[in-house]
Amino acid sequence: MERKIKVLVAKPGLDGHDRGAKVIASALLDAGMEVIYTGLHQTPEKIVKTAIDEDVDAIGLSILSGAHMTIFPKVLKLLKENKREDILLFGGGIIPKEDMEELEKMGVGKLFGPGSQTKEVIDYLKDWFEKSRKQ
Amino acid sequence: MDFENILKKLKEKDRVTLSRVITLVDNETKEGVEFLKKFYKERKDSFRIGITGPPGVGKSTLLNKLIERFAKKYESISIVAVDPSSPFSGGAILGDRLRMDNIYKFDNVYMRSVASRGSLGGLSSSTENILQVLEIFGTDVIFVETVGVGQSELDVMEITDLVVVTLVPESGDSIQAMKAGIMEIGDIFVINKSDRDDAYKISEYIKSILQMKYQDKELAPPVINVSAKNDTNIDELVNRIESLKEIFIQKGIIESKRETRRKKEVREILRDMFIKSIDRELKIIENKNNKDVSPYEISEKILKKIDFKSLEDIWKER
Repeated sequence: MERKIKVLVAKPGLDGHDRGAKVIASALLDAGMEVIYTGLHQTPEKIVKTAIDEDVDAIGLSILSGAHMTIFPKVLKLLKENKREDILLFGGGIIPKEDMEELEKMGVGKLFGPGSQTKEVIDYLKDWFEKSRKQ
Repeated sequence: MDFENILKKLKEKDRVTLSRVITLVDNETKEGVEFLKKFYKERKDSFRIGITGPPGVGKSTLLNKLIERFAKKYESISIVAVDPSSPFSGGAILGDRLRMDNIYKFDNVYMRSVASRGSLGGLSSSTENILQVLEIFGTDVIFVETVGVGQSELDVMEITDLVVVTLVPESGDSIQAMKAGIMEIGDIFVINKSDRDDAYKISEYIKSILQMKYQDKELAPPVINVSAKNDTNIDELVNRIESLKEIFIQKGIIESKRETRRKKEVREILRDMFIKSIDRELKIIENKNNKDVSPYEISEKILKKIDFKSLEDIWKER
């Protein structure tokens, strides 16, 4: 039986713009992935708890509020504390290039800025899964 | 795989381990099967409650309120929420967490979303196995939430000890059509959104249908008006669930349900194995030119050829 890629799509922080997260969620559905969608205002604690309980392969965060330098490192830290740093953390939103580079250095996966195609995200996830998860 | 260590961690209520074992059985891996075989006797008799009903009646919101009550009363609560997989892409959006903020408020609540993955019923074929892992984990109560359409109505009845059917005041017209299915599986009927018009008219109507069906009045399913959103009458529902559970235990209903379930499970596994071995034979036959041979004739040939001894190998290949 072919193993499905399981992705948690979450929207942390206080801004209410979840269109991007929803577009990504349905694109991943169409690509045959199983998407856990948790909606708005998720804290890093809730996100990591969900990721662990659902045993997802990857977490995708959509951040438009400018809080990315706080939230991404916090989620990484919590994953590590729970010994689940094998879960891929990626994301998208309005994130300046310098910040993107810094986050990627910390161990965050790819970050997709405005104008990205959903296909890029799908290809990225499939490629990552193929390389690191195929048992 | 160090199964003994995994069991030890499960008994210590380690959630990372629990999640990973559930993934093993959800993906129907060899390790998952071996695990269940080895530790089947470690199961606790968890009480399984099914929550079903048509889409949009507020099952998740209702469940969220129930969790609040049950989490305070029991040591360990689990939720398995099944959502449909797309028959086209095979993907799924599992969104039951959206309305269940109470799962984050209590540390003794574990929730898992499951995609139905092409199973004909509304439950995935692995759901029973996931419930068994939760029983080995030692949870007290398991809620199974499913979209109550078609075959899944029957599935949820077979897999749980008690079924709560959720409806809304607007369900009135459709009940006529649903009578045969949904009216037969409920142990408790809930009219959610009872702050709306006609909520009591519909509950009286459902009561009248049920009274006709049940000889033993004690077993006639209660019909309860609630509003999950306004938190109205939820305690009454909780009390009814608890008292019905006691009656079911006294009358030996749960025990016989579990026995039926075990038998059915064996049948399912065997059927699965047979289909796998038939598929294997079909592959051999596909290569030949069979255009004018009747499907009956081909079937008879296959039946004679199937090597039942190789079932163990097929099982292990997965």
